[in-house]
Amino acid sequence: MSAIPETMELVFQYPESLTKKNTHYCPGCTHGVIHRLVAEVLDELGVRGQTIGVAPVGCSVLAYYYFNMDFVEAPHGRAPAMATGIKRVNPDKIVFTYQGDGDLAAIGTNEIIHAAHRGELITTIFVNNAIYGMTGGQMAPTTLPGQKTTSSPFGRDPRIAGMPVHISEIMAAIPGVVYATRQSALDLPGINKTRKAIKRAFMAQQQGLGFSIVEVLSTCPTNWNLDPWAAMQWAKENMIPQFPLGDTRVSDEVAALKV
Amino acid sequence: MAKELLKGNEAFAEAAIRYGLEAYFGYPITPQSEALEHLARRMLEENRVFIQAESELGAINMVYGAACCGVRTMTSTSGPGFSLMEEGLSYIAGSDVPAVVVNMQRGGPGLGNIQPSQSDYFLMVKSAGHGDFHPIVLAPASVQEIIDMMGLAFDLAEKYRTLVLIAGDGSLGQMMESAELPPMQPFPYPRPEWAVSGAVGREPHIITSLDLSPEGLERMNLNLQAKLAEIQKHEIRWKEYETEDAEVLLVAYGTTGRICLSVMREARKQGLKVGLFRPQTLWPFPSARLNELAGQVRVMLAAEMNAGQMVEDVRLAVAGKVPVHFYGRLGGIVPLADEILAEVKKL
Repeated sequence: MSAIPETMELVFQYPESLTKKNTHYCPGCTHGVIHRLVAEVLDELGVRGQTIGVAPVGCSVLAYYYFNMDFVEAPHGRAPAMATGIKRVNPDKIVFTYQGDGDLAAIGTNEIIHAAHRGELITTIFVNNAIYGMTGGQMAPTTLPGQKTTSSPFGRDPRIAGMPVHISEIMAAIPGVVYATRQSALDLPGINKTRKAIKRAFMAQQQGLGFSIVEVLSTCPTNWNLDPWAAMQWAKENMIPQFPLGDTRVSDEVAALKV
Repeated sequence: MAKELLKGNEAFAEAAIRYGLEAYFGYPITPQSEALEHLARRMLEENRVFIQAESELGAINMVYGAACCGVRTMTSTSGPGFSLMEEGLSYIAGSDVPAVVVNMQRGGPGLGNIQPSQSDYFLMVKSAGHGDFHPIVLAPASVQEIIDMMGLAFDLAEKYRTLVLIAGDGSLGQMMESAELPPMQPFPYPRPEWAVSGAVGREPHIITSLDLSPEGLERMNLNLQAKLAEIQKHEIRWKEYETEDAEVLLVAYGTTGRICLSVMREARKQGLKVGLFRPQTLWPFPSARLNELAGQVRVMLAAEMNAGQMVEDVRLAVAGKVPVHFYGRLGGIVPLADEILAEVKKL
């Protein structure tokens, strides 16, 4: 890498919390953006070397290739249980799970709800793109009514498959949760708000306040059969009305954090 | 330490604490719940980690997380819970982290009942989860042996970075007898270098069972198999009783092994040349020694509290040299020594 001339200022670079590997994510997928936001926050808080991440099963199963820190890989849906084991024997470390909607909102509901109920001092980044990505575009618990997927070829029929699962609203009812919020990675204002939410969530953990979760509305251009730009527009027009953005639970202590 | 009157479940729980258990995660299930109850109080008294998990899935994955940090960690359960834990056991095996699980077996299949059984032999020895692996499976036959095997289980788990199971049963968990606990060991054990602990001044540590390339995953499997071969070379354990002149060899483990000791003694009193072979490790199985003994006895009788599981390994071991008969009781019935003696007399 060539040195920066003295007359120029370095304004953009890899966060230390990311490796320089190329990701395997599809063009237009927002995992890359969300990884970067998490990494920037961990850099800013200066905790990269104290952080242990827990990767899910799903498209972000290889998240540990891209995060430059200690990581473990959990069975499908069990990341919050693994994170519980890790945090309880390392109370001084920052522990987070990074999970998709199939992982967290279907097979892993038991683990996430009980980790939240125990008020585990961990943070969960929950990426919701309304579909199973890695297995090839099947219906997720978060798939929208009428949305066609490879396992709902005629569109999700709520009479057969029920309505989408709203995790942030479920989290809002749990006393152990100090911070639950739904944000989006669908445009710049959304990304900036998501970054702030992620920072607040990690700060809540740092201060030992309780369980924190940031849901991020995301896209899956490949399995939605849309180009990246159209996928962003589709998500804004269809997902946001179903999954309203904003905080669903903020304790007084979390509200008082200076983010 | 002096001998005390101890219940099996409480004995292994207290022994685990004294051997340095740093984090226990469990879910109530009969017939092992006294262990969870004992640890619920004692772990907090010792300022260590105890969590009653939301399910056996939760419990084993908490164990998996703690195991990735290199601490002494365990759970305990019975058949229905063990079935649920198999997912986590496979991941633990696939990522080479040390963990200990006690299975106080009960009658199955399904909900079965809560009486003693040995019907999880296949599950623990042959099929503890998806993929190619074996845990080390220890088979205690008394409260004292459960205590001693607790320490052995942690040592083996750490030495080989492997999963170690203790195959008990409801009667071992519930019985009370006099036994001696170890003194409290220095705590905590130092954490190993490979664990996740925060990447300061070193490359990140990644603990995973995933390798998407066939070549990579084959290599990972070959490494695992090489480790298992080392275990087979060094960790086979068994006990023999009166085998020198035996014509009939009883083969039994755990509670049934103990009953067969009474059978053997009574048979000897009656002038029958009966010996007993009691495997203490079900995997690795003491096949070579059984094969040797097959060269000197007339017949073998395997006794189990199941429909015939270990007997398959006995038959593999003796490779047709002698007939191997089987006697088993099902449904949580513990066989009486007289029943087995009657079988011996038929041979």
